Amino acid sequence: MRNERLMPYLLIAPSILFLAVFFAYPLVETITLAFRHHGGWSLHNFGTMAQDLNFRDSLVNTFGLVLVVVPLQLVLALAMALMLRPLRRGRDLVLWIWSIPLGISDLAAGLVWLSILTDRGYFNTILFHLGLIAHPQSWLTYETPGALFAAILITELWRATAIVFLILVAGLQLLPKEYAEAAEIFGASPWQRLTRITIPLLKPSIQSALILRTVLAFEMFATVLSLGGRNFPVLMSEAFNWQYNEQNAGVAACFAILVMLASLGATLFYLRAIRVRPEQLP
Amino acid sequence: MLQARTKRNAPLGALLAIGLLALSAAPAWAKSVVFLSTQLRPLEEAQLLRSVILKGFTPGATVVPEVPPQLPIHMQADAKSGTHTISAVGALHGELEPLAGMGLLRPLDTLAASLKGRGIPAKLMRLGRLGTAHQMYIPWMQATYIMVANRKALPYLPPGAKLDSLSYAQFAQWAANIKAKTGRRALGFPAGPKGLMARFFEGYLYPSFTGGVVTPFRSPQAAQMWAYFAKLWKDVDPNSTNYGFMQEPLLAGSVWIAFDHVARVIDALKQHPHQFIAFPPPAGPKGRGYMPVIVGLAIAKDAPDPAGAAGLITWLTRPSVQIRTAQSVGFFPVVKAKLPADLPAGIRLEADAIAKTQAAPDALPTLLPVGLGNKDGDFNKVYMDTFQLIVLRHRKIMPVLDAEAKKLRRLMAQTKAPCWAPDVPSQGACPVN
Repeated sequence: MRNERLMPYLLIAPSILFLAVFFAYPLVETITLAFRHHGGWSLHNFGTMAQDLNFRDSLVNTFGLVLVVVPLQLVLALAMALMLRPLRRGRDLVLWIWSIPLGISDLAAGLVWLSILTDRGYFNTILFHLGLIAHPQSWLTYETPGALFAAILITELWRATAIVFLILVAGLQLLPKEYAEAAEIFGASPWQRLTRITIPLLKPSIQSALILRTVLAFEMFATVLSLGGRNFPVLMSEAFNWQYNEQNAGVAACFAILVMLASLGATLFYLRAIRVRPEQLP
Repeated sequence: MLQARTKRNAPLGALLAIGLLALSAAPAWAKSVVFLSTQLRPLEEAQLLRSVILKGFTPGATVVPEVPPQLPIHMQADAKSGTHTISAVGALHGELEPLAGMGLLRPLDTLAASLKGRGIPAKLMRLGRLGTAHQMYIPWMQATYIMVANRKALPYLPPGAKLDSLSYAQFAQWAANIKAKTGRRALGFPAGPKGLMARFFEGYLYPSFTGGVVTPFRSPQAAQMWAYFAKLWKDVDPNSTNYGFMQEPLLAGSVWIAFDHVARVIDALKQHPHQFIAFPPPAGPKGRGYMPVIVGLAIAKDAPDPAGAAGLITWLTRPSVQIRTAQSVGFFPVVKAKLPADLPAGIRLEADAIAKTQAAPDALPTLLPVGLGNKDGDFNKVYMDTFQLIVLRHRKIMPVLDAEAKKLRRLMAQTKAPCWAPDVPSQGACPVN
């Protein structure tokens, strides 16, 4: 009898141990790194981080990117999922093609778009052949911050919408068809069916997709580094610089903690803003 | 039941046998000297190191490449573990310094005495002391930074300017001429995340304009220098903040004039020796500043095979091997070794540019920072931040210099590093005036 009650805990124990060793312990060590300076506890590293010339830019860039990319991806993924729903033949093919970006690393995605947008890349070649430009236009330099932001935006839309899309597709599949059919019989328009029935029922999936995508967006690193280099600092690339170029693990840990707090804050926001009431679920 | 158990144990037994066999093969490999190196990391260079440079060395060396930021971590982990594997270490002067500070290297005084006949210059051997009383590393090879130009740019040189003895004013005029007549910004610098731009300020621009590196950091000459460079930057390719290795934009033709480390332009010179030319850096009011880069060999404190490592160092400093090194990877000898006339064309171009730089009447060699310990990154950051603020963000020069000078003073006080050439030697920490 005792064994039966202990059994669930014993079964979870290996994964808890794994998480404790490879996640909780490094987390505690990182927090320690951030708050220690010359052997004592202090906020010196945070001060160094805040006074760095790239700090404000990295904050603005990261939050700006997240605030623009995530809503756009949600709308795009929702549209893609809804377009996929009525397909009968070729549904699997379309699903597979739209999930291809999931299979490549974010650095590879960054390099693909770098080859398109660089000075002698495909984009400039096409523009040149169309006669729209006379010599190579630089899109990714510090002189064109708007174009650089747009380039990173497009790359992230191309690469990461698939994650949101797949979660929404799975959520849509679970929705019972009765509500939509009943609404149709009662004369609701497609737009009303979408906004009054589908999206509210999809709230749990939207919540999970947004949380996942936002947390990953705050950690955006390889795409930004490959396209922007030093021209577009974000929190993670600054953490990388401080660790590997300046050899200052304390300040790098401060950036990591900042990213963690931002992710936690976003998660809490989504949990409250997209509160899922049990009576509203199907 | 018994049959099932033996059936299950048979594959297990086979695995055990294979494992034991593999372990028994280890001793033959374990005799070679484990050589951890941050230099010659790219695949082609590492292959040349193993198959050409180390050819004939007994009992053989196992080359383990390591990225520079990981070197101290790797050495510390090896020292703290129960089994030590690393015997020899090959790295830049600036990378060996923190290792000596952490007590991870053993003194090489006897080895240095045995290599006296090789003719390594006394200045280089003194650098190898890393500020201590003992020889901590033996110089292995040297490199420097040069300017490379596409021959297409040569017609735009200002009248009266000689490529081998340009002044910074003529250099700026050259870049401006190209921009005016062709509309392209053809000058390039390695100001990207992986570029060595900091060395350009520390070893070339500052000494040429101010005669020093640390002490005259916020002098009026330094302010003039930054004003000059901010004006020059208008004719520099804006993609420079992405460049790490200048050979790529040179080969692609986006940049016609570039500054970089000899190993980072060698591909362009090797592939098209008739299209490119290497020349000495320009001279400023105080001279033609340049920075030699020294790569050194050291032995780990707890090396399992110190005799083998000493043998490796003796091998790599042989004149014949040093010449082989120059011919294959383009890092130049530290010992007295005359380079043969039949060098590959690209390396010959580099060797000529280096010889002209060293022989120039106004040559001003700048030593690598000495005594900064592991704060070398912070030191470079001061110069790169100043560059970002003044040149890229167009801030007023003197306030930026004052703010960064404060950081530099704090750094010098923290590390207690004395001034190094060409700054005037100091008692105690190098002052920032």
